Amino acid sequence: MLKKLTGGIVYDPANGVNGKQKDIYIKDGRIIKKPAKDAKIDKEYNIKGKVVMAGAIDLHTHIGGGKGNIARMLMPENHRTDAVAHTDLTRAGCGHAMPSTFLTGYRYAEMGYTAAFEPAVLPINARQAHMEMGDVPILDKGGYVLMGSDDYLLRMMTAKKDQQAINDYVAWTIRAAQGVGIKVVNAGGINAFKFNQRKLDLDEQNQYYNVTPREILKTLATAVKELGIKHPLHVHGSNLGVPGNIETTLNSIKGVEGLPMHLTHVQFHSYGTEGDFKFSSGAAQIAEAVNNNKNISVDVGQIMFGQTVTASGDNMRQYANHGFASPNKWVCMDIECDAGCGLVPFKYRDQNFVNALQWAIGLEIFLLVDDPWRIFLTTDHPNGAPFSSYPHLIRLLMDKSFRNDMLATLHPQAQKMTTLASIDREYSLEEIAILTRAGAAKITGLVGRGGLADGDFADITVYTENQDREKMFSKPVYVFKDGELVARHGKIVKVTWGTTHVTRPEYDKSVEKDLEKYFNQYMTMKIGNFTISDDEITEDGRGSITVHPTVGGKV
Amino acid sequence: MTEITEVPSPFCGIGTDDLAIQVDGNSLKVTKNGCTVNISAFGQPIVEISPRIDGKEASLDEAVIKAAELLNDANQPVFGGCATDVSGMRALMALADRNGAVVDNIGFNAAKRNFLAMQDSGWMNTTLAEIKNRCDLLLVIGIDLEAFAPRFFERYIWNDEAMFLDDTSSRSIVYLGKVPSGKASTSPKKMKAKVFECSDDDLPQVLTALRTLVKGRPLAAEEVGGIVLKDLQKIADQLNKASYGVVVWGAGALNFPHAELTVQTLCEIVKDVNELGTRCSGFPLGGKEGDQTANQVCGWQTGYPARMRFSSSFPEYDPFLFDSQKMLDNGEADVLLWVHAFNSKAVPPKIDVPLIVLGRSGMKFENEPDVFIPVGTPGIDHAGHAYRLDNVVAIRLKKLRDSGLPSTFEVLTAIEQALQEK
Repeated sequence: MLKKLTGGIVYDPANGVNGKQKDIYIKDGRIIKKPAKDAKIDKEYNIKGKVVMAGAIDLHTHIGGGKGNIARMLMPENHRTDAVAHTDLTRAGCGHAMPSTFLTGYRYAEMGYTAAFEPAVLPINARQAHMEMGDVPILDKGGYVLMGSDDYLLRMMTAKKDQQAINDYVAWTIRAAQGVGIKVVNAGGINAFKFNQRKLDLDEQNQYYNVTPREILKTLATAVKELGIKHPLHVHGSNLGVPGNIETTLNSIKGVEGLPMHLTHVQFHSYGTEGDFKFSSGAAQIAEAVNNNKNISVDVGQIMFGQTVTASGDNMRQYANHGFASPNKWVCMDIECDAGCGLVPFKYRDQNFVNALQWAIGLEIFLLVDDPWRIFLTTDHPNGAPFSSYPHLIRLLMDKSFRNDMLATLHPQAQKMTTLASIDREYSLEEIAILTRAGAAKITGLVGRGGLADGDFADITVYTENQDREKMFSKPVYVFKDGELVARHGKIVKVTWGTTHVTRPEYDKSVEKDLEKYFNQYMTMKIGNFTISDDEITEDGRGSITVHPTVGGKV
Repeated sequence: MTEITEVPSPFCGIGTDDLAIQVDGNSLKVTKNGCTVNISAFGQPIVEISPRIDGKEASLDEAVIKAAELLNDANQPVFGGCATDVSGMRALMALADRNGAVVDNIGFNAAKRNFLAMQDSGWMNTTLAEIKNRCDLLLVIGIDLEAFAPRFFERYIWNDEAMFLDDTSSRSIVYLGKVPSGKASTSPKKMKAKVFECSDDDLPQVLTALRTLVKGRPLAAEEVGGIVLKDLQKIADQLNKASYGVVVWGAGALNFPHAELTVQTLCEIVKDVNELGTRCSGFPLGGKEGDQTANQVCGWQTGYPARMRFSSSFPEYDPFLFDSQKMLDNGEADVLLWVHAFNSKAVPPKIDVPLIVLGRSGMKFENEPDVFIPVGTPGIDHAGHAYRLDNVVAIRLKKLRDSGLPSTFEVLTAIEQALQEK
């Protein structure tokens, strides 16, 4: 079946195309070169004057894994406000803050997203993460495997095992858990909480292992680089949410000494201690550091006002913040000598000074970081806000007067503490396409996604131009996934199933000997039962695995 | 005859995966690391392979079509049991969604006590490996732990070596409420558990008193529920002094009205201890025969645990109204689909509406179902996934034999397709 999209205005920064009218041809799920004149076009879509981009990619969104499911169970009252009936085509579901898996897939696809990455896959919970993501329709998905508070790594570091041995362990783990990247959450802090440490600064030692977060970051960032894993070490920093944590974040950037590092939901890590409320914006300093350090990338974790639930592996910080739970209920867990999790419902309020300033800090970061290839559009779903708020966020970035109108309604003291009103920058369509497509595909190491070149997978979103960018990005006129039309005018028209992206660095198999001993002695399952086999993801007949090469490595 | 090792169990809840099982045709025998639960669960024989319609042997296709007819004709179908693996539960949910059914897991009357507490105020919990390596005080509330999980102590308490304890045999074990039925809780050095017995009826006030003492508040009483206050004070002190105390309870054992309030009290005790300065975690027992699995899958597909309905075309949750037994008793349901792939003894309730059963081979019915389809048992007849009691860990179940029995997933998916064609 040959399809033609005729006359669209294409924004494809992956291939240097910026707003050029161009026809696109699709065959067998891929974009192909203009075929010979006599080739029969089976289906033509006249999209003259409409905006065409690759399918959007969310590189940090909590869509699969145990903590998200606890968050769902915790908030039945929230689901009742947002129940969706089944149709002949789609399954029923629930949930505003933390939607059910089916709704997650439909809603992302309806907004023109075609891939989403779960950023906190605990190795011991990876099976669940993949099973949940296996029930997320349409989207491609993948996960970053959470390390850095696991006792095995900390034991290795205390025993001064060499970097090579640690690399082997990291490679074994990412393969066993079927991941595409490595994530650190409050490096060593989740572990320290189990020893009753209630906070852990960057240079503070875990009292049992005598290892510091700085050392863990350096060690894992080195492992990721040396193994050739394309996605930089994905870091949820220390001291999340603590006023003054800007220092921790800037020191973390220094601490990795030029190694690639992605700082996630950096908004939550950019707080100073100035002003009457001892809470201020560190956005300018963070942006300056990102601008000056080409090894650093960030996603923002923008907050939006309203009810959500925060779901994090960082149970040390979640525990510390449980007093803010709204409604007043919360869950913390220590998990399998691996990590932990914490769920705290949150209601961000525009008339609350701190929340209002958090909102402004996120936007300041977006607008002050110069290089759109190193900053990404996230709300850290569901922590800052549900992902369904992205079109609103895009409008805030693209429309200064709208942004300033919103700002004028917030807590008055917060307005005085932000420079937002004086920032003139408005994002262009090209920049939005970089943040949400080309840049995201590049930094997650995806081959054949995020662009519209010949041979790329035909993940394509077509928007009707509208100066109200929120409207424009809410309901694209067409969304194609692997060449299939899946959504039209913001409604699902076909349900397909995406692939699971993984990467598989090489490692020395002898690492398994020590691991097997460790599993037998201290863990609660056999090492052979821990490793996730390919057929666990593919045996249902709709899942598939796509292996992406490491740097310099083969598939 | 072959022997398969490192076999994981979906039956015992604690994720035992070191079993050796001897396979001789269709008969299985646990030859290593068996316990009373697993030996009998793996050992249940296959009785029938063929489905039955009204008691007469029928082909699978015929049984599927008949089941679809019964479901299609009903105004309010109810799906009970709901005890199967992850894939089976996925198919069950898909069918329920299409059919407008109520979904109610067999264990929900027990699980409800936990969900009500959790959804009202939350909790702080832990998992098995943390217990195995960190727990220095185990407080067992209102349950005979070794009867629930015969190998709990052997695997997770009296393990030879723990990462963060010098000597695992020095762990303190305290029972509050029930008395242990055996000696599993006695340490390898012959140290016996401290046992403070009280009746279930007294447990709510005993726990309330314990909470008061944990928080250091005065209490004007000499004894509560037959337990002298000094003893309760000791438990409170132990909780506040332990490095990593763990409070274990089993919702199924708290079989008295409004036990959710007792669950809530003990969860709040755990939070109080953390607030007062040391670490402490809760640990709910459950996870047998797919109950955790049902709640997990139902949770990610609808947002709600496994007592919900699709009757209005969208998911609705009510832990009281959608109790399948009550609905049947009240005449609110007009067909029951009963799914239990793990246990031939887990038969449906006696009812006077049409009954479709997907059950483990060998089920004996008081009243013959309209349709009975024997299905394979996950972890025996086909591979699959099941959740352990600690909610985080899903285990990969193995296929041990070629019985030819279809999986729950296959049968329910076929019924859904038949329904779709109607």
